[in-house]
This record gives sequence, structure tokens and C-alpha cells, in this order.
Amino acid sequence: MLSFFKKKSPEVEVPMNDQHNQSIDIGEDALLRELGYKDTLDLRETIFDCLRRIRDPEKPCTLEDLNVVYEEGIFVLPPTKSNVYCVRVEFNPTVPHCSLATLIGLCIRVQIERSLPHNVKLEIYIKKGAHSTEDEINKQINDKERIAAAMENPNLRELVENCIKEEE
Amino acid sequence: MTGKLELVHILEGHKGRVWGVAWHPKGGTFASCGEDKTIRIWSQNVNNQPTTKTILSDGHKRTIRHISWSPCGKYLASGSFDATTAIWSAVSNEFECNVTLEGHDNEVKSVSWNKGGNLLATCSRDKSVWIWEVTGDEEFDCAAVMNSHSQDVKKVCWHPTEDLLASASYDNTIKIFRENTLDSDWECINTLTSHDSTVWSIDFDSTGQRLVSCSDDKTMKIWQVYPPGNEEGIVTPDNIPAWKCVCTVSGEHTRAVYDVSWDKTTGLIATACGDDAIRVFKEDPENSSKNEPTFNLIAKVDGAHSQDVNTVSWNPKQPGQLLSCSDDGTIKIWKIVE
Repeated sequence: MLSFFKKKSPEVEVPMNDQHNQSIDIGEDALLRELGYKDTLDLRETIFDCLRRIRDPEKPCTLEDLNVVYEEGIFVLPPTKSNVYCVRVEFNPTVPHCSLATLIGLCIRVQIERSLPHNVKLEIYIKKGAHSTEDEINKQINDKERIAAAMENPNLRELVENCIKEEE
Repeated sequence: MTGKLELVHILEGHKGRVWGVAWHPKGGTFASCGEDKTIRIWSQNVNNQPTTKTILSDGHKRTIRHISWSPCGKYLASGSFDATTAIWSAVSNEFECNVTLEGHDNEVKSVSWNKGGNLLATCSRDKSVWIWEVTGDEEFDCAAVMNSHSQDVKKVCWHPTEDLLASASYDNTIKIFRENTLDSDWECINTLTSHDSTVWSIDFDSTGQRLVSCSDDKTMKIWQVYPPGNEEGIVTPDNIPAWKCVCTVSGEHTRAVYDVSWDKTTGLIATACGDDAIRVFKEDPENSSKNEPTFNLIAKVDGAHSQDVNTVSWNPKQPGQLLSCSDDGTIKIWKIVE
């Protein structure tokens, strides 16, 4: 938990002499350092740190306890040409017909977006073979319009907020 | 690449994601809408700097997804996640919302006026496409409800000259609708399949003989219509024109393509992409034919916005001027230089 908050403090080295051509090919390592990470593993750990605390919508456990999220399921992909990192998160629903898989997918997205102090492009997927309607759910939880509308639905939003709120 | 897209203006004002931008039919003025549930009307001042003239904030309770001007420019329709469509009328310089169209079960995703301005189409996550008829001064009647799509309908777009409506859907297809002259019922006459995922947007060329579509499958496709008795010998069952995919542009976009705009004067096609880039394509006159066109990328701006680009729109009166908006909360005006 603590390691995650540490990342937010600006121990960032911004190359001073680079200001005139910042957008030109600054390289992956430099980009990571600018965002405050040592390397891609560090970014992965940071993301896992925020996901492990999400509570299961039904059971009194966290997603980490239930092995729904796990560090090896987080893949840091190459950044876009405009220097935004792409991250793929795989999760494993507890049962193949889990009716709450969509809600869990939504919680994962919202939690990452709120926790990271920078933009990231997210792809959230169910572990291959882990759900009877995985293609359908994968499509739904990666459709930005549906996600935006879902978060404006007061009931759904409350469900998400309850799963991701900080433990007291 | 033979062209360059130059940034002319960056406009801020919306809070949060900007979903839609739409030029007034006379150019000059445009409207924008977004997550902050407001519509902004922008006009250029004496220095050509666009500024917000009006903010319309009391029409919708949730995100405003899409807006569209009537061809006469007197009305603006807005579709919202609150399941309603609002009709705003411009009285002198003031905008008033006097009509709210209700009927969809949930989010309205797109609104579009036909060429004559007497029909308005709306579509929704409820899988339906509705056609509203303007029956009088600010009076609308529902003329048809089409339930042909099996999933959300993302976009509706009228043909530039005929009362032919195209719709794009989460079910990976595009459908074409027209009124049956015998019983005046609206019906789906074509289903265009080729995309592998959600079709986010569509637009016709100036003649209406071609349609461009863009998708979550990262491609852009060009469709050509073949009327009954066409010389190519394309079969047209029941004398219904056939639409065929004649070109697929793949390998250019690296994430979902959210919008596409076909410039009616220059013939250029612009795309808005989830990889934050704006791209401009042009038909290659030397390597193209009606049935096998080639479209080349002539300009591309990586990081056109700092997040997903949601909409692109060519100015109908000023060829080569492009409007864009993004999740980053900004609106930008660009100029293509060839």
C-alpha cells in the first residue's frame, strides 16, 4: 500500500535540456522515469497494488484473496506514439458463469484510472477459458461509451464505489 | 505523406470528456457537447478566434453524446445518455429547448436530420432506430421504430440527397433503411457485414454512392452502392440496390477508430482514433477505379489530442478545415495543407 503512495511523490527527473523537443522520441525508459517509475515492472507493481484492494462484490474478500487479480495478469504494452502507456489487465472470475464479471471488469478500470496520476490506455480481459461468455463480456467492458454510461447509472455506480472504496 | 494537418486553434471550456462537435450548415459557427451535460455554441469573432457564445445547460440530466444541426440551421438536436433527445431552436441569438423527444429505453447515442429537414433519426443502446417526422412548428411524431439491429446502435447518418438512412452498430453491422412506397412503412433493405467488431461511425460521400465506416476492429472500409441493372452485374434481389465493401484500410490505426468524416468538397476522409491520432486519407487517382479504389494516408498527427479522439468533422463551407474533440476536454481546429 505504502509503495503505491510513494510513487505519487515527484521523485521525477525531468531532463532540463530537453524541453524544446519533448514529444520527439524520448524513449521508453525516459518516459517511464518521467512518469515516476523505475521500469515497467515498477508500473506493473503500482497497478497491482491498487487492484489487490478491490473488494469482491459478493464475498467479504479482496480480489487478491480470491485470486481474481494477480500480478502476472498485468501486461505493460508499448506506449502509443503520443507517449501514453497501454496496459492489459487479465482477470480470472471465480466461476465460469460468474454474473458479476462485468462489474468486476468495471471496478478494475475505474480503480486504475483513479489511482494513477497519469493517463493510461486500458484493455481489460477475462482470462482465456475462464468464463462461458468471455467474448461478450470482454467486448462490453472495453466499450468506452458503455463504460461511461454505466458510471452515470446511480445503482451501478454505487456498486462500483462500494467495491473500490478504501478500507476504514 | 504528401499533406500536413496544421493546428489552428485549441479551445477549452468543457469540463471532462468532449463527445461531439458539429458545424452549423453555414460553417463559421459550431456546437460541442460532452460529459458535463452542456452544449456550447462557438462562433468566430473578428480575429477569427472561436469563442463560446452560449452555454446550454438545462436540457439533459446525463452526458450529451451527440448533436446535429438541421439543414436550415435553425434547430439543433441533442441525444443524451438520459434517454431523451432535445430539440433546441435558435430564436434570434438565443437557444430555447421547447421539445424533448422521449421513447428510447436508455442512452441515445446519435441524432441526424435528413436533407429536407423534415425527418430526424435517433438511435440507442436499446437496439432501436427511431424516425421522427416534423409535423409542424416544433411538433414531432414518431414515424417508425426499427428493431433490426441485435445490439446497441452507435450512429445514424442520412444519405446526402435521398431519404435513405444508414446505421452503425455494436453488432458489427451497418444497416440501410428506406420507406416502402407501397405501405409507407420504414424497413431495413441492406445489412452490410465485413467489420469484425463494433462499427462506431459512418459517413456518406457527396454523391451518396459511397459510404465510409470505421470500427473497433481498427479498420476503415469504403462501401459502393450498385443499383439494379448495374453494368458490373452485381445481383440486386427484389430490385434493391446492393452495397459492397470495395476497400479496407487496415494496418494504419493502432486502436479503435471512433469517428470518420468525409469532406463533401475535397473528398478527403478524416478519422478520429483511440490512439490519440487524427489521420487524413485521400483516394489515389492513379491506382483507383470505381470498384477497386485505393485510399492513401496523406497526413497524420500523433498525439493530436492527449487522449482518445472522439469526433472529427469537416467544415461544410470551408474546405479542408477540420474540427476535432477528445476525452482530454479540448476541441481543436485544424487545416489540411496538401
